Amino acid sequence: MTNLTNLTITEALKGLSAKDFSAMDITNAHIDAMAAAKDLNCFITETPELALEQAKASDKRRASGDALALDGIPIAMKDLFCTKGVQTTAASHILEGFVPQYESTVSQKLLDAGTITLGKANLDEFAMGSSNTSSYFGNVISPWRDDSGADLVPGGSSGGSAAAVAARISMAATGTDTGGSIRQPAAFCGITGMKPTYGRCSRWGVVAFASSLDQPGAFGRSVEDTALLLQAMSGHDPKDSTSANLPVPDFAAALTGDIKGLKIGIPKEYRVDGMPEEIETEWQKGIDMLKNAGAEIVDISLPHTKYALPVYYVIAPAECSSNLARYDGVRYGLRVEGEDLNATYENTRAEGFGDEVKRRIMIGTYALSSGYYDAYYIKAQKVRRLISQDFMSAFEKCDALLTPTAPSAAFAIGENEDDPIKMYLNDVFTVPASLAGLPGMSVPTSLNAKGLPLGLQILGRPWDEETVLRVGGVLESAANFTAIPNINAKIAA
Amino acid sequence: MAHALVKGETGDWEIVIGMEIHAQVIANSKLFSGSATAFGAEQNTQVSMVDAAMPGMLPVLNKACIEQAVKTGLGLNAEIHKKSVFARKNYFYADLPQGYQISQFEDPIVGLGKIEIDLPDGTVKEIGITRLHLEQDAGKSIHDQHPTKSFVDLNRSGCALMEIVSEPDIRGPEEAAAYINKIRMILRYLETCDGNMDEGSMRADVNISVRKPGDELGTRAEIKNVNSVKAIQQAIDFEVSRQIDHIEGGNEVVQETRLWDPVKMETRSMRSKEEAHDYRYFPDPDLLPLVLEDGLVESIRATLPELPDQKKHRFMGDYGLSLYDSSVLIAERSRAEYFEAVANDNDAKLAANWVINELLGALNKDEKKLDDSPISAKQLGGMIALISDNTISGKIAKEVFAEMYATGKDADVIVEEKGLKQVTDSGEIEAIVDQVIDANPDNVEKYRGGKDKLFGFFVGQVMKETGGKANPAMVNELLKKKL
Repeated sequence: MTNLTNLTITEALKGLSAKDFSAMDITNAHIDAMAAAKDLNCFITETPELALEQAKASDKRRASGDALALDGIPIAMKDLFCTKGVQTTAASHILEGFVPQYESTVSQKLLDAGTITLGKANLDEFAMGSSNTSSYFGNVISPWRDDSGADLVPGGSSGGSAAAVAARISMAATGTDTGGSIRQPAAFCGITGMKPTYGRCSRWGVVAFASSLDQPGAFGRSVEDTALLLQAMSGHDPKDSTSANLPVPDFAAALTGDIKGLKIGIPKEYRVDGMPEEIETEWQKGIDMLKNAGAEIVDISLPHTKYALPVYYVIAPAECSSNLARYDGVRYGLRVEGEDLNATYENTRAEGFGDEVKRRIMIGTYALSSGYYDAYYIKAQKVRRLISQDFMSAFEKCDALLTPTAPSAAFAIGENEDDPIKMYLNDVFTVPASLAGLPGMSVPTSLNAKGLPLGLQILGRPWDEETVLRVGGVLESAANFTAIPNINAKIAA
Repeated sequence: MAHALVKGETGDWEIVIGMEIHAQVIANSKLFSGSATAFGAEQNTQVSMVDAAMPGMLPVLNKACIEQAVKTGLGLNAEIHKKSVFARKNYFYADLPQGYQISQFEDPIVGLGKIEIDLPDGTVKEIGITRLHLEQDAGKSIHDQHPTKSFVDLNRSGCALMEIVSEPDIRGPEEAAAYINKIRMILRYLETCDGNMDEGSMRADVNISVRKPGDELGTRAEIKNVNSVKAIQQAIDFEVSRQIDHIEGGNEVVQETRLWDPVKMETRSMRSKEEAHDYRYFPDPDLLPLVLEDGLVESIRATLPELPDQKKHRFMGDYGLSLYDSSVLIAERSRAEYFEAVANDNDAKLAANWVINELLGALNKDEKKLDDSPISAKQLGGMIALISDNTISGKIAKEVFAEMYATGKDADVIVEEKGLKQVTDSGEIEAIVDQVIDANPDNVEKYRGGKDKLFGFFVGQVMKETGGKANPAMVNELLKKKL
């Protein structure tokens, strides 16, 4: 029998429709894989019973000829999406045990498309991190290993989602991307991840980190799978005032394989000091691949790039300091009683939030404080506009940009932990596009000398996910990345 | 009106007041959620996931609230800002579920405006409006239901409020009362707020300072928890003397927030400037800037009713009423409408008199509202028409009015039933006049001898004989002739 956990969505849909296997078969295979790979800690809450129920309903629909777009496809749901009746934690102690009475718009759309939810994927606490080491529910371990044998980070914040897809536990997964939280873990885990234009997917029911940056997106093991999942997640939502009332194009149809004459911009500012040579080499390989496929390579400049990280680390914490004020122990989640209201707040939040979350709340509170607001928040907003303008000027000369996704391959758990700034540098290539609200995608291209995946990032104009996907598809074909994580190789053997 | 100055030991002091009025918007749903807004519903039954600030919930602006704010801005003769921004005001409290209030800070929906206030001495003064902005109300903390715990009712959480900020143009307790009354009147005319201070749908914070006339503005104290017009006046009186005593005692007034205690009748310090919250305002990233559609302001302007001040000026001009009568009649939109229905085709001054002195007086005595009046405007108009065409005298009219008020019958029916029709037959009156003169020869003698005052006696006698129904003018004329 086919290895049901190694299928792409496209292959699975074909097999389901040909009755080669049922949704029940696929779901069972993935539940087994989830159990076998428990050590990776990809999930905070596993929902196998629910998944089997959904699989049963899916098979019934298919039998009666009512199959939905993604009927029977098992996915992992980042535990930042509120799911009705299923614990939603944002990987924080403060929300432990919280069971929403509502379903986020994106997860509802996926249910409406017939997907099967295997569980709630682990992440960095409140999506704050690039290593998935800040989760209250433990680190996620990458399914990849280098010669050192050390446990590696899957990237973050959507680390559980990315690791689950890479480890063949889940066929695809949802993520959210605030400063790179989909693209960077996709690169670290050797899969595809896409963050659409800000406003393409509804944020309603997604636990907020930084409202002006947060954007749901998709992980898949192929560009096409990613496009299919994203398709089902996208669309206007009147419940989110920042969601765009625009038609959603057919993303998969954009994968024509033809990028002849397309202009690909290479931003010179992304050649940062101290970047490992393997990243530089990988980037050049990508450039050559696109050139060989008929694209025209254009050197462009994004002069304000160097300010992107500092700007991001003012704006995102500022918004987070306010967004996380609601976790006060009064209405839901953790409450640690104190002698009065203020003491209850202090106790609850001291115990409920982890270090990184506290750090960002404090930075953000400071940046918004009277006397500092103009120097930090207002200044950062001004520079954010300049960064957006850089991209808009660049897109007058080219149709998409190609850059590395991250400045390194995955690192060992525990590395960078003592130095937040060093950790923040992981997002140096992904943050600028987040500030500009642009669509971006990471595509795995090869393994480095140590056998760890490297990815390249494609960025596009606002609302032009199609070009990003088209370029991603071409890069995927040219790179022909077929490596599977060591852990699965071991299981397969 | 001359500024009310307060005498201190060192001379006269001028009171300077600015007010912030919070008015709950009349709307079927809350500012950013679809929850209902009715007052008095069972606790925590009008709360959506958004109002309770559940994780991942997002605000969506209620268009009806925007239209109400624009309408109110127009009623305050203010500039309407085509673009405004919602900002978060961050602070922690148990009845503030989000940990921030969505408000407007740097870019409010309504800017500078002005209104007229009517003062007790019959003068009119202009008070500047600084701004009006929209914001969410908080929930309600309930502290008296449990020895150690507090409870929170979120029904009010997220309801739309308009904060109306005045310029520091108010000069004393009377002006403050006139100001809040006029704002309340305008809001009620516009039907944008019910103005009910008892239910808390209208609340005021009062900023008070004192200075020597002509000096720069003094340091102000903000007084909270003043929940009635009376409390506002009492709080001002207390706070003004406190500040004057303080300064004259060689101290400086500190900028602070003070709480009015209606039991002890005093204000006391709640928090100083140093302890003031740093609200960390910033534009709410969940909401786009609010941009009013082209034509919205004009289409709302077209629906505006005639406003109190416009009505007042029209009553004075068209009906020739005094400022006082006009002010009384416009105090409620329904009262003004009642008056105009009574005045329809009648003597307007007479109509104003009957509405203000007789009808409102009677209703007031019975603690009834105009809506509960047993006499309709048409009925009262009918009675006044009977006075005007001499069917009844003004004196008889009072009797008719009392009967109408008691029974709800029409005036002409009562006049007919009780035979109250005025005697205007000069022959009939003349006969009675002769009869009275014949019956009182002594008084006739005295009157003719110069005791003019006795004229009234003769009038009274004639009226007595006719049961008050004789036309008074004819009686006078005939008596003068005969005597």
